Amino acid sequence: MFPSSFDYQRANSVQEALALLSQHPDAKLIAGGHSLLPAMKLRLATPPMLIDISKIDDFTMNAVSPTRDGGTLIGALATHAKIAGGQFVPFALQTAASLIGDMQVRNMGTIGGSIAHADPAADYPAVLLALGAEIHVEGPNGARVIAADDFFTDLFTTALQPNEIVVSIRIRPAGTRAASAYAKHPHPASGFAVAGVAVAIAANPDRTVSTARVAVTGACAKAQRLSATENALMGKPLNADNIQAAAMTDNMLDCLSDQYASAEYRAHLSRILARNALTTVLERMQ
Amino acid sequence: MGLNTFGTSLKRREDPRLITGHGNYTDNMKLPDMTYAYILRSPHAHAKIVSVDTARAKQHPGVVAVYTGKDTEALGGLPCGWTHPGLVTPKHNVIAKDEVNCVGDPVAVVIAEDRYTARDAADLIDVEYEVLPAIIDLEQAVVGHESARVAEAHEEMHHPEAHEHEHTPLGAEIERELASEIPHEPEVTEAPGPRPVLVHDEAAHNTAFKWAIGDKAKTDAAFAQAAHVTKLRVRNNRIHASAIEPRSALASYDVAMDSLTLWMTSQNPHIHRLLMSAFVLGIPEHKLRVIAPDVGGGFGSKIFVYNDEVIVCWASKQLGRPVKWTSERREAYMSDSHGRDHVSHAELATDADGKILGLRVHTLANLGAYLTLFATAVPTYLYGTLLSGEYNIPAIHCEVLGVLTNTVPVDAVRGAGRPEATFLVERLMDTAARELNVDPVEFRRKNFVKPDQFPFQTAVALQYDSGNYDATLDKALELIDYKKLRREQADGRKHGKYIGIGFSTYIEACGLAPSSLVGALGAGAGQWESALVRVMPTGTVNVYSGSHSHGQGHDTTFAQIASRELGIPVENFNIIHGDTDALPYGWGTYGSRSAAVGGSAIVTAARRVKDKAIKLAAHLLEANEADVEISDGKFMVKGVPSKAKSWLDVALMAHLAHNLPPGMEPGLEFSAFYDPSNFTYPFGAHVCVSEVNADTGEVKILRYVAVDDVGTQINPMIVNGQLHGGIAHGIGQALYEEAAYNEDGQLLAATMMDYALPKASYLPSFELAHTVTPCPHNPTGVKGVGEAGAIAAPAAVANSVVDALAPFGVMHLDMPLTPEKVWRAMQEAK
Amino acid sequence: MAQVEINVNGKLRKADVDPRLLLVHFLRDNLNLTGTNVGCDTSQCGACTVLLDDKTVKSCTVLTVMAHGSQVTTIEGLSQNGKLHALQQAFWDNHGLQCGYCTSGMIMTATEILKNNPNPTEDDVRHNLDGNLCRCTGYHNIVKSVLAAAETMRGA
Repeated sequence: MFPSSFDYQRANSVQEALALLSQHPDAKLIAGGHSLLPAMKLRLATPPMLIDISKIDDFTMNAVSPTRDGGTLIGALATHAKIAGGQFVPFALQTAASLIGDMQVRNMGTIGGSIAHADPAADYPAVLLALGAEIHVEGPNGARVIAADDFFTDLFTTALQPNEIVVSIRIRPAGTRAASAYAKHPHPASGFAVAGVAVAIAANPDRTVSTARVAVTGACAKAQRLSATENALMGKPLNADNIQAAAMTDNMLDCLSDQYASAEYRAHLSRILARNALTTVLERMQ
Repeated sequence: MGLNTFGTSLKRREDPRLITGHGNYTDNMKLPDMTYAYILRSPHAHAKIVSVDTARAKQHPGVVAVYTGKDTEALGGLPCGWTHPGLVTPKHNVIAKDEVNCVGDPVAVVIAEDRYTARDAADLIDVEYEVLPAIIDLEQAVVGHESARVAEAHEEMHHPEAHEHEHTPLGAEIERELASEIPHEPEVTEAPGPRPVLVHDEAAHNTAFKWAIGDKAKTDAAFAQAAHVTKLRVRNNRIHASAIEPRSALASYDVAMDSLTLWMTSQNPHIHRLLMSAFVLGIPEHKLRVIAPDVGGGFGSKIFVYNDEVIVCWASKQLGRPVKWTSERREAYMSDSHGRDHVSHAELATDADGKILGLRVHTLANLGAYLTLFATAVPTYLYGTLLSGEYNIPAIHCEVLGVLTNTVPVDAVRGAGRPEATFLVERLMDTAARELNVDPVEFRRKNFVKPDQFPFQTAVALQYDSGNYDATLDKALELIDYKKLRREQADGRKHGKYIGIGFSTYIEACGLAPSSLVGALGAGAGQWESALVRVMPTGTVNVYSGSHSHGQGHDTTFAQIASRELGIPVENFNIIHGDTDALPYGWGTYGSRSAAVGGSAIVTAARRVKDKAIKLAAHLLEANEADVEISDGKFMVKGVPSKAKSWLDVALMAHLAHNLPPGMEPGLEFSAFYDPSNFTYPFGAHVCVSEVNADTGEVKILRYVAVDDVGTQINPMIVNGQLHGGIAHGIGQALYEEAAYNEDGQLLAATMMDYALPKASYLPSFELAHTVTPCPHNPTGVKGVGEAGAIAAPAAVANSVVDALAPFGVMHLDMPLTPEKVWRAMQEAK
Repeated sequence: MAQVEINVNGKLRKADVDPRLLLVHFLRDNLNLTGTNVGCDTSQCGACTVLLDDKTVKSCTVLTVMAHGSQVTTIEGLSQNGKLHALQQAFWDNHGLQCGYCTSGMIMTATEILKNNPNPTEDDVRHNLDGNLCRCTGYHNIVKSVLAAAETMRGA
């Protein structure tokens, strides 16, 4: 219940935060605190210093808004509640945000904090993979863009360098005849995803699938694409039979196992949730 | 509102302070110069303590003291309050000294100026452990025990022997059974292979006791005549009470008075005072005052004497400063007693007509690493005696082994023994009905004890005093529209929709009693309750009760009881409880006893007050005592409406004593110590309708209907609230909750992120109805309601899920019925 | 130590606090506002729910320093001029509490549920209460209380 001692500094801008990070390489950033503080209260994390970025008054960092090209800009400090209620937010992302934790947690937790923490059972990673999101980060040497596919590297591990800050997440326009969805089996106690599957589908004018991106979180040590399912959908009309066949395709997942769910059950859930999310997409495209 | 509120849903008098944030919970309290304790606990299930180095912790700024098991070794062990013949009771040290026996065993305590510092310093204590093999699995723990082999060889047929069985009163029968039990000897034959792991060397085969009830020979004979025998192995899952308020204790030693005051989260402050002073701390009972202020839920977990409250008392005396300890939630999972955790083999014998002939049960009850206060009573007298359920079962035999393992101690959690018995019997009833191809409702009806059979002597010692089991079942069937539901179920199955209907027609025994009986059975406690009713000079009243309220609403219901007796409005009553220095002795609140036993004590004391007040009023009215009655809150002379005295007149005169009848003492107060003559027997019929998701195995409860007979209801609103909570508790056990360990003895459900309590969206609104059969032997007719839901619900839920899975050929699943377990059952059938 | 200024229940509170001090401990230990309770360590139980700048948060998962410059409303600040808030009244009327320990958090959470949706269904209420655990009531009467308060507040 009681975090260990740390120094605290508030950063009022991204630049200030970066400067503090370079002075204090062991420091952790805190925004909503809903990934970090529970770990600190159990003393699973004992950072010597926290840099508070929650009050950075920067448009991009706080945005949930459409971009000029019809895509979506989500600032790292956007809370789950804001994303869940945001206009112009892809349906999969909106759904995932609305299913995180509970109302109070959604009011505080931020997408930047969540993805930087990279809990293998967090909801966003699957969605960002499915949407092909770009993660815009800034570091001492300037800004760079990391594709979601390259961002989540392992259990609690990302491509983010210790001296970098997530600034925003950008999602390209979905285009016409496109839809996304997210389906989740929450842990009954924590609410984290035992498995969660996000899908983003675009179709040709003849209604055959032109792009299929399907990703799972919770089931494995890191969120990952279900490429066998994606391949099974490509070029085919999106209908119940094709969805069923694609969802049941073996993705050779190396699933986690715990008291609540075995690896086999997680793999099974991944298939069922893929089917459910694809079915939602089908409904939304009609 | 009329003067008499008894039987009405009076709004709770305790609520205004609780809804405005002015509850007075233990952790809210602050005393001058107060320090905070943090208890360092064992991360190992079983280990020798090689050394504990506290030097660095002691030097940490803000640390007041650090203590280890060596410092507290002179203290007594934590007591077990119920003995059995041959019981092995390993010492339960306040702080572990040489060995730890479960994850969570205290190994050191830091006292510091604030909580954060205390926690920091605990990280600076270096404990060297030599890790020992741990025994976690209940069945493995008793391998080699002669009775364990009985369980293993359950398939064998027993020799039928004619045996006359006479029904004898409760105590005599149990005593006879016990007399036939020879305290078990350690097995002398060494099993081949490695030495078995023992939690405590003195308990061979990790067995603390062997206990039996019922007539074995008669039961064997019944089975010999059976047309059909239904067999079931049932695991009753280990659960955690999870009151939302964590346990807390604040001790303050007064040097000048040489006395200790302890505020704590207790369901029974007198028991805490008695046991801590006499058995653990070794201080005179009158030098310890225990106060249980507002307590945020108990569910059994706040009955027992734990290490933690002893530590703060002892430390406060050492330091001459107040010491507060409040459990963290993580800590609660590894230090609060757990509940349930049985493995049972049961067999039900039926004749060709579907009438039950006999029941045979063999149970392994996990007790954890130590025997806590009621640990030995829960899986025996609160369990074996309930195995007749609502049924006429001519012969029952049950044998229980109390088993030690390297896990947190197991003791009473809401229902305590009765949920385990009910689950076993009700699962067995459904299984037998399935096997016999009869409707579970009809099978139950055929075997119910009928209204004309009361009082009904069961084969397991209890004598049921009253009941009408068909009536509650009829009402439940009507509420769910059973026939229509069965049609919907059949239709649904054609389309892959799996709905299940589960019944639990349960009985429970509340208000453990009478004291002479429980004493004969090994209890170290009386089972009466006290009350003191004190009318003040102006006619307002303090009622002191030995029962303790931690959510049950005694401030309201006890005032309703006393108000009816005295004809004084409820707002003129204070209900005072929870302070050993303010009250007569009392045994507290557990086992659904407060309204039935505590309430009866209030009635008794109030009637004594009333008798005296009428005598005095008659004197003042110059009337014959027999002609004076209390009507509309006044003392009236029958037939003379103009002559009346108010409570103020009478109470004032009782205190002024200027004009009392000859020989009458001044004052207007009486106490009572009410010892019930029997248990009370609430009963009911619960029906759960659930749907299983064929894809994922997830269970959704569609409807939950409960028809209960808890006797007379003092406040129907509160009765329903108790049922709601109990049902949710039972659904939690059935679907979500499990205090699981891995094979190394690490508790896997050690936070609220892991241990799944039911949330609002997991539950439906409950549909409740009642029948009312007053308890025939107490003055209010009340039976008790606090545990009914938790007792009935697990079986109703499990039966509904197994019923939903009938098309898959599933006959039984152990709780909790997690999605994966249900999914696997369906997969195996495919 | 860090200086904070936090408006709690309409009163500006200034203090020097350890950066690690959790908001719930600041409220309970420093300000004696003990109506906000602690029931877990992992942000599940919701007993510590307060309003932070008009949004419900779990005050066990907020650092006091991070609430600097904010407004906090606790259960003690909910009733105005001695009159119970409609939710408090509804919890009383409908037996929405037993031991009372989760009640402050339940009521605070419900204020936001009804702010976001003045006419919620039973299902809406249940899902939005998932961040608050109660072991006494089975939620039955809590849900009933929130729905009753919604009706009162719509009428008001």
